[in-house]
Amino acid sequence: MENVRPIVEIKNLFKSYRRGSQVVPVLEDITFDIAEGEFLALMGPSGSGKSTLLNLIAGIDEPDSGIITVGDVDITTLTETQLAQWRAINVGFVFQFYNLIPVLTAFENVELPLLLSPLSRGERKEHVEMALQVVSLTDRMDHYPGQLSGGQQQRVAIARAIVTDPTILVADEPTGDLDRHSAKEIMDLMDRLNTESGKTIIMVTHDPRAAEKAHVMRHLDKGILENVHPQDPL
Amino acid sequence: MYILKILFKNAFRHKLRTGLTILSITIAILAFGLLRTVISAWYAGAQASSAYRLVTRNAISIIFPLPLSYKEKIQQIEGVTTVSYGNWFGGVYIDEKNFFPNFAVEPRSYLEIYPENVFTTDEKTAFLRDRKGCAVGRKLAERYGWKLGDTIVLKGTTFPGNWEFVLRAIYRGKEKSTDETLFLFHFDYLNETMKKTAPGRADQTGIYFVGVKRPEMAAEVAAAIDKTFRNSLAETLTETEKAFQLGFVAMSDAIITAIRLVSFVVIIIILAVVANTMTMSARERTGEYAIFKTLGFGGGRIAGLIFGESMVITMTGCAVGILLTFPAAAAFGKSMGMFFPIFYIEPETIYLDIVLSLIVGLLAGIVPTWRTLKIRIADGLRMIE
Repeated sequence: MENVRPIVEIKNLFKSYRRGSQVVPVLEDITFDIAEGEFLALMGPSGSGKSTLLNLIAGIDEPDSGIITVGDVDITTLTETQLAQWRAINVGFVFQFYNLIPVLTAFENVELPLLLSPLSRGERKEHVEMALQVVSLTDRMDHYPGQLSGGQQQRVAIARAIVTDPTILVADEPTGDLDRHSAKEIMDLMDRLNTESGKTIIMVTHDPRAAEKAHVMRHLDKGILENVHPQDPL
Repeated sequence: MYILKILFKNAFRHKLRTGLTILSITIAILAFGLLRTVISAWYAGAQASSAYRLVTRNAISIIFPLPLSYKEKIQQIEGVTTVSYGNWFGGVYIDEKNFFPNFAVEPRSYLEIYPENVFTTDEKTAFLRDRKGCAVGRKLAERYGWKLGDTIVLKGTTFPGNWEFVLRAIYRGKEKSTDETLFLFHFDYLNETMKKTAPGRADQTGIYFVGVKRPEMAAEVAAAIDKTFRNSLAETLTETEKAFQLGFVAMSDAIITAIRLVSFVVIIIILAVVANTMTMSARERTGEYAIFKTLGFGGGRIAGLIFGESMVITMTGCAVGILLTFPAAAAFGKSMGMFFPIFYIEPETIYLDIVLSLIVGLLAGIVPTWRTLKIRIADGLRMIE
């Protein structure tokens, strides 16, 4: 991966939270790159700051200081409105609890991000069907989330994440709410997206089995980042 | 298209709460509509008045009469077309619960000056010919099931005795706002009886109805009439029919103001109810709105979802409320017909219902929208599960 240009560059990133009058540091001087097409697993104990780091890379939180460049854009300089537009085009999200809109069908949930694009209705339909085909759920497109199993809901969430063909795919504990079988299916799907479609994936996980699919593993502890080889014991 | 679907689905996600909120709005709109219609009914007489008519009464008070001899003098004043006169009779039909306005009028000139009371030629002729004949409005005839030729007995209050009349004509209102509950009979019948039983009260009338050539001449003619009778034993006060009617309305000014106030208080209460529902709904869906934000939906779109939901709830309640106002007003008007002879929902009331509902929908969405937009995405996502 050394010759591949980085798609994400993080320099001297600091982030802290306020708890009353106390300032609690979460991330301290984080600097690292993520190469295009990389599958990165961020691991670490609860409260280590891995989800915060993921949120910062995905542009849904703001750092105290530091630079985050995704593609050619320093997202720390963007306004809230610009960030929203940037996220719509560049980031696909997969959450632990799927986060589908319960009143919309699988098809409509996947179509949701495309509503912000200039695509016509017909083009949107084509994209949605293609995304649902990737996750093998075309036969469930008219089902509501409540009518789907956890694994199926997560596959819909992945279809929603990839439907805009984003620059990066971020996943926060994507298997955290699934049984072992469904978790394996989801990780196989993520692996396929990475190897076959070349998607850059940044994933936060506690699950070592899930992390095994990643090419690069980074360990966060008390806001400090360290490199770990995927095959190393954790 | 399915943004609309989201709005409706979200609005009815908590069916009981939304149902109760819609019910509250419906009742509020219904109450508001009825209260506004009651106020309109109070002003119905003034609204139905004609700019071509003046009313002359005793300057001291309406309870003091004017001599009948004034008629000729008024008729001669420049700008006057017709002069009629009449007396409030105040008769009671069977018992005092059966209230309706009854007047002794000089029929020929009265019917000329009030063309909005429409008669068939035959009935009009029959009424004019029979000194003991009476004419009543359609609604009054329907209320008591009176038919032409029926004998109706009124018990006099200000003019004692039992007064018998034969129903000769039933008029219809030319306009929706025309009072169809009047009972009219010949002034001569009253006057001739007074000559026999109370000569001191004969040849006197309560008011003169004066027709003018053009509305713009009204002030000039009114001043001329009052000038004619200045320094006489019975000085006059002449005003437009509208001012005369509003004078009666002014007597109930405090009640009308209270009703008007209550009608708006109802709307303020409902604003609080909808705002509460929307605040709860938005708080429950903080996580979902965070997902929308994560996917790139900006503040405007999120605000649209919350305001849209608020509008769906409010306007549904408004629509049901408006639909129910019509039968409710018809029933109310029927049961209160004695007090509100003209009781119908004006288009302005419906427009006001809609405008106020839109305002309530918008205002109710402000706080939840502000709170939702203020919350950070990461904090919003934490609220899921």
